[in-house]
Amino acid sequence: MTVTSKEGQEVAKADLVTLTIDGVEVSVPKGTLVIRAAEQIGVQIPRFCDHPLLAPVGACRQCLVEVALPGPDGEPRTMMGPPGRVKPQASCTLTASEGMVVNTQISSPIADKAQQGVMEALLINHPLDCPVCDKGGECPLQNQAMSNGRGETRFVETKRTFPKPINISAQVLLDRERCVLCARCTRFSEQIAGDPFIALIERGALQQVGIYEKEPFESYFSGNTIQICPVGALTSAAYRFRARPFDLVSTPSVAEHDACGSAIRVDHRRGKVVRRLSGEDPAVNEEWITDKDRFGFTYARQDDRLTHPMVRDEETGELRTASWPEAFVVAARGLQAAGATGVLTGGRLTLEDAYAYSKFARVALGTNDVDFRARAHSAEEEAFLASTVAGTGLGVTFEDLEKVGTVVLAGLEPEDEAGTLFLRLRKAARKGLKVVSIAPFTSRGLAKMHGTLIRTAPGDEAAALEALAHDGEVALDAGGILLIGERLAAVPGALSAAAALAGTTGARLAWVPRRAGDRGAVDAGLLPSLLPGGRPVDDAAARVDLGTVWGTTVGHEPGRDAAGIVAAAIAGEIGGLVVGGVDPDDTADPAATRAAIGAASFVVSLELRATDVTQAADVVLPVAAAAEKAGTFVTWEGRQRPFGKVLVESHALPDLRVLAGIADELGTPLGFKTVEAARAELSELGGWDGDRVAAPTVSTGSTTRESSTTDGDGLRLATWKQMIDDASMLDGDDYLRATGRAAVALVSAGTLAGLGVEAGANVTVTGPGGSATLPVGVADLADGVVWLPAGSDGINVNRDLGATAGATVSVEGGAA
Amino acid sequence: MPTLKEQFWDPVAGFGVTFRTMFKKVVTEQYPFEKKPTAPRFHGRHQLNRWPDGLEKCIGCELCAWACPADAIYVEGASNTEDERYSPGERYGRVYQINYLRCILCGLCIEACPTRALTMTNEYELADDNRADLIYEKQDLLAPLLPGMEQPPHAMLLGDDEGDYYRGSFRPAKNESEA
Repeated sequence: MTVTSKEGQEVAKADLVTLTIDGVEVSVPKGTLVIRAAEQIGVQIPRFCDHPLLAPVGACRQCLVEVALPGPDGEPRTMMGPPGRVKPQASCTLTASEGMVVNTQISSPIADKAQQGVMEALLINHPLDCPVCDKGGECPLQNQAMSNGRGETRFVETKRTFPKPINISAQVLLDRERCVLCARCTRFSEQIAGDPFIALIERGALQQVGIYEKEPFESYFSGNTIQICPVGALTSAAYRFRARPFDLVSTPSVAEHDACGSAIRVDHRRGKVVRRLSGEDPAVNEEWITDKDRFGFTYARQDDRLTHPMVRDEETGELRTASWPEAFVVAARGLQAAGATGVLTGGRLTLEDAYAYSKFARVALGTNDVDFRARAHSAEEEAFLASTVAGTGLGVTFEDLEKVGTVVLAGLEPEDEAGTLFLRLRKAARKGLKVVSIAPFTSRGLAKMHGTLIRTAPGDEAAALEALAHDGEVALDAGGILLIGERLAAVPGALSAAAALAGTTGARLAWVPRRAGDRGAVDAGLLPSLLPGGRPVDDAAARVDLGTVWGTTVGHEPGRDAAGIVAAAIAGEIGGLVVGGVDPDDTADPAATRAAIGAASFVVSLELRATDVTQAADVVLPVAAAAEKAGTFVTWEGRQRPFGKVLVESHALPDLRVLAGIADELGTPLGFKTVEAARAELSELGGWDGDRVAAPTVSTGSTTRESSTTDGDGLRLATWKQMIDDASMLDGDDYLRATGRAAVALVSAGTLAGLGVEAGANVTVTGPGGSATLPVGVADLADGVVWLPAGSDGINVNRDLGATAGATVSVEGGAA
Repeated sequence: MPTLKEQFWDPVAGFGVTFRTMFKKVVTEQYPFEKKPTAPRFHGRHQLNRWPDGLEKCIGCELCAWACPADAIYVEGASNTEDERYSPGERYGRVYQINYLRCILCGLCIEACPTRALTMTNEYELADDNRADLIYEKQDLLAPLLPGMEQPPHAMLLGDDEGDYYRGSFRPAKNESEA
């Protein structure tokens, strides 16, 4: 179970109570539950409903113990029930008090008998499913029936049965007859995730977990209920009957889907990952992970997974399989012949791989044309990252969020973009944290955090941030935290305003990107004006500092950013492109990115699976997925999260090994070929303590449009990606996809009335590059703003509408 | 210098065993020309049994694999569906392999099996000239279809649910009722 917070160890002596458990005197902080106090002396009281991160409920009664409290004369008096009979107490709801005498099953035959009785009652209706149950082998009920149950059953009647399994959601299956009614799942949904769509219904022997028929159990965190279920009542469709726990090899790892770096446990057998569970890390994700982190691992074994290097045959013009040495040679020659080369990497890289790209671009290709941002970006963002984020180490942490009074979110929807962060914010909000969000509407996530909305049309975030400095109600001060999403990069002046706001109010600032590799890429210098460790390219001292480790000189001219590289490739200024895991549809202008890849004379693609880029590439180099390599992800906090290789038998090469191979052929070796060596060089390099780039000061007034007014008939487009959407990293798990939220265009009630359609009817949204048809819904948006999910149900806003957030689109009732 | 006994008597005495044995019953077996039946409970090759309607008894629970001290068994379970049913109940063994290069024929897997799906035959001729053929797959291990059995997948013919099968309260198989 979870390590309880360390606060307990720091309490003053006066706040301790002393009690006796099984004859052992123990002092615990006031408010400690007896079941936890018993753990302190190494006594495990059996339990099902008790969970350290959920409020006590006393539902299962398995933890009964005999308790005596000191009477008026100071002598302990056993708590009695009916005359002459001891009344055992549930230790999971009982707070330890001074002088209490507790006798658990170890020293009290009464407690032991009571526990056996409860176990017998729980087992009466529990089916003998163990051989086919997914929980069999790691089941608290199985284990505790052995340790604290009777050896023989006395039950000869027919067991109650239910039809099974039934779907609670597409992913979560319920075997009602296995349920012991501990209410862990319903309490998790209500207390932690805030999606209380399941509840205990009926009474007595028929009591069961049920769903609200009108509101399906669509939660991004539903998988946690499966993991904390102490029996096999909740199972996942993805893992059902796939393996038995005793046959799996478990490896601790780090989730690769968002920038939270959640600790996970990856279970695999025969070279195949079969499931992932939440790891335990009180500092980061406690015991919870998102469904994306839990179920999104099948992408690595899809049919289109690349297994061999491929080069374009000179005669046929088709891609053909090649050996690694040949591919390295062809790539190196091609890049040499292509002349100027740009490097686009995307945000999925580990820190070590990002560092390899950074060094490869600077040393092997001799260019600063390198950018990890496969999304809307700006020079202002680059300056912001260089000044405030790059190489700053651990800043605001998850735990800090629970200690401050106010958190302001801007350009960030934590439930969709950083699920673990959302859970921590919600936990803090339940304890009194004030969450303020600068967003177009009150999202479900914000409502669950009991947050306050500063309704802001896309494009007006900068002005909203500026106004916040004088907002008496929010009163952001040094005790506040400002969480900035990567989407603000598309709003001119917003990041400058955020940095200024942090400066004037003293609030701490953190940049929360969407992808796992974004922060690591910033630290590794995957930006045109930034070298590893936050060293500015145009700082001579920084270049010398880097040169001493690299043994070479680095160009002093800042390079082009991703949009610049794309434009230069189309214009013919850049001949070569090295593309690592960029999906053109993610970029602000997919058509231009595709055109650039087509226009470049030589394209090297490092990819997991066949994509548009690999189709057009001259050399395709397959790389290792996260489970097939070691590495480090850097969380939005700046925390390094190293992880080892899970599938040890995999021979897939990580990006850095592939780049090292090409660099060798180019005659400019990178100096490392393994993750360990790259890590060592990174630590040798260290941080930069010299001058930093100044924070950007882009003014908002000059660029922002008229606030919240529409241009003609058009609506302002707000958009971001939902957590479970069409992302290629979710391919292969249809059950998970089915739990995602459907694509709905959201408008205000006033705007909807103007459209002349009812909520739920189809509308057609038309942007400069095309249109899409989807159902419409109502939210508390400002009039003249429409929100679309950026990539759900086959609609990709960048690709299909040719529009990004803040653009003007038109909306009409009916299908196109 | 050897004694007289050593020189003359001992060489002849050695043949005494030979002479005596000539009048005893021969223990040599003329295998493989003559095959003798084993003891009835001899631990031979495994067999995956069927219910009388042909459905497999194996539920893919992997307890045999867990019990195996030689790690010779590999099982993967999967879900039965209404259209494709291999065993009564929800789960069946989709992959079932026994590696006879590793198997020590100890029979612990038989004891572990909760449905009596896995038993041992008396067949002991488990030799081959290559390794691959000694990994027996499910189709190699499944009991032959007896009269009245149908090749799965098919619906449960003997009862309404798996409980009828497990409790033994199933209807007689088709051919038995005809016979």
